[in-house]
Amino acid sequence: MDINVRVNGKTYTRDVEPRLLLVDFIRDHLAMTGTNIGCDTTQCGACTIHLDGKAVKSCTVLAVQADGSEVTTIEGIGKPSALHPMQAAFQDNHGLQCGYCTPGMIMAAIKLVEERGEMNDDEVRHGLEGNLCRCTGYENIVKSVQAAANDMGVAHSPFEADPAAHHETLREAEARAAARSHE
Amino acid sequence: MTAIRPFGHDQRRLEDPRMITGQAKYTDDFVLPGMVHLAVVRSPYAHANIVSVDTSAALEMPGVLGVWTGQDMVDAGFGGIPCAWVVPDAGTVTPNHPPIAIDKVRYVGDAVAIVVADDDYVAKDAAMVVEVDYDELPACTDGEKAHADGAPQLHDDAPNNQCFHWTVSGGDVEAAFNEADIVVGERIINQRLVPVAMEPRSALAQWSSGMGELTLWTTSQNPHIVRFLLSLDTGIPEHKIRVIAPDVGGGFGSKIPHYPEDSMTIFASQQLDRPVKWTETRSENFQATIHGRDHIQDVEMAAKSDGTITGLRAKVWANLGAYLSTASTGVPTILHGLMLSGAYTIPNIHEDVYGMFTNTTPVDAYRGAGRPEATFMVERLVDLVAKKLDMDPVAIREKNLIPPFTEGHEVATGLIYDTGNYQAALDKAKDMAGYDELRAQQAAARAEGRYIGIGVCTYSEICGLGPSEVAGAVGFGGGLWESAIVRFHPSGKVRLMVGINPHGQGEQTTFAQIVADQLGVPTEDVDVQYGDTAQTAMGWGTYGSRSTPVASGAMMGAIDKIKDKGRKIAAHLLEASTADIEFEDGKFYVRGSPESSMTIQDIALAANTAWNMPDGVEPGLEASAFFNPSNFVYPFGAHIAVVEVDPDTGEIDFQRYIAVDDCGPQINPMIVEGQIHGGIAQGVAQALWEGVQYSEDGQLLTSSLMDYAIPKAEYFPKFELGHTVTPTDVNPLGVKGIGETGTIGSTPAIYGAVLDALAPLGVEQVHMPLTPERVWRAIQEAKA
Ligand code: FES
Ligand code: FES
Repeated sequence: MDINVRVNGKTYTRDVEPRLLLVDFIRDHLAMTGTNIGCDTTQCGACTIHLDGKAVKSCTVLAVQADGSEVTTIEGIGKPSALHPMQAAFQDNHGLQCGYCTPGMIMAAIKLVEERGEMNDDEVRHGLEGNLCRCTGYENIVKSVQAAANDMGVAHSPFEADPAAHHETLREAEARAAARSHE
Repeated sequence: MTAIRPFGHDQRRLEDPRMITGQAKYTDDFVLPGMVHLAVVRSPYAHANIVSVDTSAALEMPGVLGVWTGQDMVDAGFGGIPCAWVVPDAGTVTPNHPPIAIDKVRYVGDAVAIVVADDDYVAKDAAMVVEVDYDELPACTDGEKAHADGAPQLHDDAPNNQCFHWTVSGGDVEAAFNEADIVVGERIINQRLVPVAMEPRSALAQWSSGMGELTLWTTSQNPHIVRFLLSLDTGIPEHKIRVIAPDVGGGFGSKIPHYPEDSMTIFASQQLDRPVKWTETRSENFQATIHGRDHIQDVEMAAKSDGTITGLRAKVWANLGAYLSTASTGVPTILHGLMLSGAYTIPNIHEDVYGMFTNTTPVDAYRGAGRPEATFMVERLVDLVAKKLDMDPVAIREKNLIPPFTEGHEVATGLIYDTGNYQAALDKAKDMAGYDELRAQQAAARAEGRYIGIGVCTYSEICGLGPSEVAGAVGFGGGLWESAIVRFHPSGKVRLMVGINPHGQGEQTTFAQIVADQLGVPTEDVDVQYGDTAQTAMGWGTYGSRSTPVASGAMMGAIDKIKDKGRKIAAHLLEASTADIEFEDGKFYVRGSPESSMTIQDIALAANTAWNMPDGVEPGLEASAFFNPSNFVYPFGAHIAVVEVDPDTGEIDFQRYIAVDDCGPQINPMIVEGQIHGGIAQGVAQALWEGVQYSEDGQLLTSSLMDYAIPKAEYFPKFELGHTVTPTDVNPLGVKGIGETGTIGSTPAIYGAVLDALAPLGVEQVHMPLTPERVWRAIQEAKA
């Protein structure tokens, strides 16, 4: 059946099987492979995207259920030249290693911060309970989310990251690195 | 402020921009024109004869292009999956491992047939309608029971299901135990774990019949080894095989092996002359990707009444699963048995290891691979000695730690540790933890009926695998050296090509830092290439915390050659003698007149244009080097864990974790810390949460993320890390590996903490994982 889905600001019309999962629609039909698949029991969160403004595991939704919806994937929130503060924070704080959980983690974390603002350690940890990472032991992910929560206080719109705000993040990281090297 | 040197400082990772924006390319992300999809029909039985396979219903489904069985692959000339590490002097048998089972299935998940269709959903549907008639056989999943007479037999050539009986001996164990003041011991179950890299495995084969060439994209930690092994079992000559491991989403050992699915996709691609992709589901990952650990260990330690440890003896049943995976026999022997001295002077050691076939998923290297099974055993025994002698866990360790050494220290198993200062690491950990204060708090809490426990682990581990002569002597079917090519482009940008294959460890960054530091170029100007057998030099891959200690040696060799050649060219152009040319911070200059200088970029341009070269010097600025390390490296450290146990529920409140690890000089401390964090999480998970369970008849009960407890963020407190720096003399930079120390040190530390908390309740032992239920039961039993 035909569906219309707006993904990262662009509308796509495709003829899909009713059983097609949204994650497969995004990866196989739209060739956006940034969203990963880590399980078949909706446990891992690697496939997390934003569906009509909510963080959703895209392996739990059928493509046909997204008909008429607005989807944002990791490709839609920032680019290397204009990172979303959450993306920048993951890089600045070494919040990723193999990177496989990262797109889902970042998408989940953005909504978490949008909903909750600044959080303590425990709150971030509980807030990310739907997303598994096997590499980092989570410590630097928590740090990244907290740093981003700080930065996201600055108004932000996709593709128009406030360059001044971003700069601040980089400067801080530089300062951190320098401080550490003088230890 | 002076410029920050690239070596030794935090630097944001060069791999991150693609990974945080969704542009990383993992194997399953690749799509080729004409590509079709493969699904595997897997056995639901742990042990059964295959009576018949009826493929007709599957073949009739629209979109299905072919269905094949094991015999079809044999007929096409495909051999069994080779085992690449056959431990010698142990009577090791290597039964055939057909990529698709032929007469008999031997574990739940064993492949029985493959289906290829033009759509992945259709391939999976069709796999479900392949009718297999099985004649079920009794199964055995336990490494010890499998040895009994009358146990179900897996392989005709392995009587009593024994793959090998390996021993290690040093000193006089008999005498040590006869003369001991005290002997402690118990049966340890080092339970089976599932690696669960977040990226499932995937393979994409493209066969070109016209060229007689194969390209295989695969989720591998070591693409060159996969290519070498494929040349043995597919019949395709090695120079006609290209293996590409693109971004790889974690491995932890599980992506070392050459797997049956590699061969299946290659076979299907040859049959159809189209690219064929297979990507495992997480459920398949639990069944058909290797598991780790799974030892039953009967262990004893002898000591004097002052706490001096005099001997250790052990008998181990190492469950290898149904077939031998690539490195399987080396893990419970060389990487385990040789490490039984741990960080201590233990003059007398003897261990027997029985490698056993059972009706379970094959077992191979999982983060730490053998050393966690050794370290847990040793640390547990040390704690038992301390308990028996009423000594503090720190005191017993201080009594027995190997004193600081810089020149090599031989232990009873025959290994020569490179360098170490174990007491310094322990002192630092004690300091950071506020150890004495903690003990006081613990005593105060006990008085209030609260059960706080403190666990201590001092470990040394073997990594940086390793000297190739030793690899050969211990049955490893390859070398363990590394190679590197450093190439200057005319514009002064650098490409480094290495044969290791990082999959999360960040060497794209740390290796660029080394090159930048040595050659005085900006880190961003260094492009690090790996993971493609056509593009990079031969190499043995990323595992055993070897990439940095071994590959950096090769890089330094190539860098030296570049400097030497640069000196000659600079001397020629600056009209000086080569002996007078100095190189510093990216500049060649004449000694005594630093104003007469050329940058390395100038030299790169001069060498690449070759307009004016010195006599006898070839154009270009490129060098390659090989490095075969003289020894392994032995990182070490001290970990302290603090927990509180609720005696009413058995629940464990994980309060603090202090880790001091020494990997020598750190190239990028941020990345070192990340490796330790991840390692601790996995090691703690073994102690507290994870464990594979099979039913009596061999059904895998923990077969998805719903019933196998991968830890979440909320399970952990913040880790407190520190380090000491003891360089090795095994490689030019003095660096040791750091990928596995967190895992090796943390399982015993956290286990020790829980048992310490439970001690006043009379609990002597609880098998891992220490789930609330098990802890609660142990408390009830101790009360009874
Ligand atoms: S793929 Fe694991 S939750 Fe969606
Ligand atoms: S970074 Fe590898 S799974 Fe999270």
